[in-house]
Amino acid sequence: MFSRILVSGLFAGVLGGFIAGVLQWLFVQPVLLHSELYETGILKHFGALTNSAQPDLDRIQPIRDILSILFSMIIYIGYAILLISAMTIHKLKSNTIISFHQGIIWGISGYIIVHFAPAISLPPEVPGVAAADLQSRQIWWFITTFFSAAGIWLIAFNSKKLPLVIGCILILAPHIFGAPEPSSFAGPAPTEIGALFASRALGIGLISWAVLGGLSAIFLHKETMRATN
Amino acid sequence: MTAFIEISKQSKSNMAPIAFAAFLGLLIIYVAGHSQSDILHNAAHDVRHATGFPCH
Repeated sequence: MFSRILVSGLFAGVLGGFIAGVLQWLFVQPVLLHSELYETGILKHFGALTNSAQPDLDRIQPIRDILSILFSMIIYIGYAILLISAMTIHKLKSNTIISFHQGIIWGISGYIIVHFAPAISLPPEVPGVAAADLQSRQIWWFITTFFSAAGIWLIAFNSKKLPLVIGCILILAPHIFGAPEPSSFAGPAPTEIGALFASRALGIGLISWAVLGGLSAIFLHKETMRATN
Repeated sequence: MTAFIEISKQSKSNMAPIAFAAFLGLLIIYVAGHSQSDILHNAAHDVRHATGFPCH
């Protein structure tokens, strides 16, 4: 059981993480590099200053880009192992096979848990924006993720009213409590870059997680078939 | 009834490896995505921003 989850998570994570890494390099990285020009003070915003919205960017930085794709694969392996663990619990309880298309729905649910739900109150940050203390944001991020996972599980696998209500409360609670916020705004990056970065990060995350979910279902099924034959 | 007990015993014994695998997945996400070691932070910097993890 353990090795089945690990092996299928490894395959799904490497493949899904590679696709995510390439998509991030294509769509998210240019916005991040643009923002770093403001973070480092090469470009300055505010007041009467105007800058080109299309500056020259150092688009290809081999070591940095390879490391980014590598870490994208590592993080997606972690995602895949968690997702496949949840799929396995469901399989044990219901004794059903999760198809590729159902896997996509599982992936989108995973995306909501680790990416979309925390982003409702703690949007993906571009370098060069003001933010609250790092540790308190990380704690809030983990709590929100756990609450959202429990909430989505309750909503997905119950038809009674009470679990549905509890599920909704769990998802909303971290946002009602509130995420850590900066005490003042001092970030040098223009708002246009921050907004584009957040929507690109969330959009690419959705696509990548949908792919990861489908792949996880396929590899879990393959590993299960191999183990039982 | 015996069959039911057998199944519930089986699923309980299956829970431990699943929980351990999930813990491992969480550990990978913590180390690669959240650990503040300088080397890890610099190497994973762009991905942490893109995945919406709190970074710096």
